[in-house]
Amino acid sequence: MSTDQNILVKLNDAGLQLNNKWLVKGVSLQVEKGKIVTLIGPNGSGKSTTAKIALGIYKKIDGSVEKYTHKVGYVPQKISIDWTLPLRVNDFMVLTESLNKETIDEALSLTGVIHLKDKNLGDLSGGEFQRVLLARAISKKPELLVLDEPVQGVDFTGEIALYELIKKISDELSCGILLISHDLHTVMTATDHVVCLNGHVCCSGSPMDVAKNNEYKALFGEQASQILSRYEHKHDHVHTDEGEIKKN
Amino acid sequence: MFDDFFIRALVAGIGVAFVTGPLGCFVIWRRLSYFGDTLAHSALLGVTLAFTMEFNIALSVFIISSLIALILIQLQKKTNLPGDALLGLLAHSSLAVGLVVIGFLTFIRFDIMGLLFGDILAVSVDDLLIIWIGGALILLTLKFIWKPLFASTVNYELAEAEGLNPDRAKAIFTILMAAIIAISIKMVGLLLITGMLIIPAAMARNLSSSPQSMVIYSIVGGLLSVIIGLFTSLEFNTSSGPSIITAALLLFILSLFKIKQSIKLKN
Repeated sequence: MSTDQNILVKLNDAGLQLNNKWLVKGVSLQVEKGKIVTLIGPNGSGKSTTAKIALGIYKKIDGSVEKYTHKVGYVPQKISIDWTLPLRVNDFMVLTESLNKETIDEALSLTGVIHLKDKNLGDLSGGEFQRVLLARAISKKPELLVLDEPVQGVDFTGEIALYELIKKISDELSCGILLISHDLHTVMTATDHVVCLNGHVCCSGSPMDVAKNNEYKALFGEQASQILSRYEHKHDHVHTDEGEIKKN
Repeated sequence: MFDDFFIRALVAGIGVAFVTGPLGCFVIWRRLSYFGDTLAHSALLGVTLAFTMEFNIALSVFIISSLIALILIQLQKKTNLPGDALLGLLAHSSLAVGLVVIGFLTFIRFDIMGLLFGDILAVSVDDLLIIWIGGALILLTLKFIWKPLFASTVNYELAEAEGLNPDRAKAIFTILMAAIIAISIKMVGLLLITGMLIIPAAMARNLSSSPQSMVIYSIVGGLLSVIIGLFTSLEFNTSSGPSIITAALLLFILSLFKIKQSIKLKN
């Protein structure tokens, strides 16, 4: 198989402008089968926007997106569910695709929330809900998984277990994963390709390349490239509304 | 035992209840009560046009209501007015225009009360066919768009990201809303159609823990309302629409006791 056939989604110089303000600009990246691509960057750097562009949620974008799969699983960063809906975990699992009982149970067991299956979605804690979101995304055995901070609010041991699970899913299903994470330690150990965003692509490459990159050091601090486990960043520049970069 | 007209009304009402049950759930979930009201108010214009041009009432109402829905979508895109203001504007102006047009139609005898509140005497065999065939088509279409519509009701971005085309489902649902108003206008009357959509579904929400069970309770609630309402209407010679809606309200009040119990259990 040539590399081209392995591509699941490809962004070509993609960007999004909202009310004359660039949310993110000039992003080129691709996610291939069995590979994990991670987006890192400070708050407001356009990580979630980039993920949504890749998913095709935004229609009026700059540049282009080529998507080669319809089997997509998505864990959004923020999800607001209207509680006028009577919705149990089990109903939520089959939201976008009909699944049989075994598949549902397996996915819920993998993320450790099988005991919550008949609970109302509104009664879950933040961490429990996050595990259900992840279970739902992986249960349909997608070719492309887009995970926007998938372990937020999950307890410490759970966090490590879920990241191991994500890595395992990527290997077993050979699905491509676009991951957004603040946990630099995970990023550096489990990722094949890192894209560092700050309104535009600061730098990208293998985790080691990125860790050595000066722009990355400037953005996340010297320690981040040495210890790799602490999240810390300094802004060396700000963005004007026109998308220009202004050094501090 | 019963007069033919009453049997016809009963069969018509049962047909309507099967359709308003599931649609009503979506009206509640998607917060579309006022949207339903607006379409229903515009139905008067559809009825008057049907009389002037000697056209089928249900079809004429369906066309006008769909048109109003389209105008609403355009106004939402092109103006800065909030949604509820636009809904009010369209609802009342179309009702007003409809009433003005009726004023001009002096050569036709109009039963305004019947139009506004429903009239069981008015249900003909043709109406029965329209209700049952139209109703079956609405339910089939709803079954077809259920997944994308429900998924986007829960979360639009999830549905869009996972390739379900929620925009198309939403557009089709709007047409279904116009269709249910068109087929049930004679039974319930245009002022009370939204009540038939919302009240049984609201009762169902109090009793159910999953979307499927809410749909089933909503249908059952609608059926009971129609049956109880029509018998009362026959017995006390009241308008059919208000009788049905009052029955629905009583069922809703009963369902509140169930909530009280489950809240007590939780505590």
